[in-house]
Amino acid sequence: MAKVFIYPATSLILSDLVERFGHEPLGSAISIREHVQTPGFDSPPIQMTSEDPQKGLKWAAVEVPSGVRGRMSLYGPLVEQAEAAIIIDEPDFAFGCMGCARTNELLVFMLREKDMPRLELRYPATKEEGVTFVAKIKQFLKDLEVKHE
Amino acid sequence: MKPYVPQYVGTVTKYVFVDSPDTTPQDIATAAYEIAQGVMIKETCFGCQITGLPEDVKRIVDHLRLLDPFRIFIKDRGFPPGDSRRCRADLGGARPGYLGHEYEMGLVRYFSHGLKETDGMTKQALKKAAGNELPVEEPLDAEILEKLFSEEE
Repeated sequence: MAKVFIYPATSLILSDLVERFGHEPLGSAISIREHVQTPGFDSPPIQMTSEDPQKGLKWAAVEVPSGVRGRMSLYGPLVEQAEAAIIIDEPDFAFGCMGCARTNELLVFMLREKDMPRLELRYPATKEEGVTFVAKIKQFLKDLEVKHE
Repeated sequence: MKPYVPQYVGTVTKYVFVDSPDTTPQDIATAAYEIAQGVMIKETCFGCQITGLPEDVKRIVDHLRLLDPFRIFIKDRGFPPGDSRRCRADLGGARPGYLGHEYEMGLVRYFSHGLKETDGMTKQALKKAAGNELPVEEPLDAEILEKLFSEEE
């Protein structure tokens, strides 16, 4: 079982497919859960604390906005753990609820830089493309299984 | 600043989404309740949320998948249900993250079709299907963009 980073990190479909085909998806929920379940201090607006942008310094320089560094404190450790990645190119919804375009750029850059198996694809727009999309992911994850054996 | 004491430590929360003509969110929630054994189940408009110890949640989720394998989708959730930082009962409006789910649920019929088609595929057929290219969106031609601008005026 390999740890597969999914981008968009909040993707329902990628998370489901990776788990369905026997691997561990690494997405936002994993690090958010760790964050939410760790005792500490509240700091409005509650979700992030002042420590997070400091942790993010490992992946983003000090002149980078604290929002990017705070987000990288969640994604950075996951990218380090990742043994493979599935990336959807230019997902429309990552513009909104995944927050920050600059963090997303940095994240995809880190995933591309890391020496690991990587699958890049687009969301399907027809049923036929849906078959190709699922087949590509299934084949990629099956190949990962072979490498892990 | 005040001390933050987390709730539900050691638990995991999973979202279960269903988009099927045969299975409703109520069916999913009922099936989950039947084998819940103390695990927290929350029925929602799209399926349900399950919160409990990882092994219990896995047991329930594996069972639910069998109800409609190609049309049930499951993902992790970071926050427990009802958390005041996310719950729309406290915040009002759509829950943060809802838009992402809404977007992907709009495409879910393609994934369901893909899962169904690839389920019975042989190794060779799967390799062939995986070899097809997904079309890349053409960037907008500069001349067309210029034309659009001039039309605006």
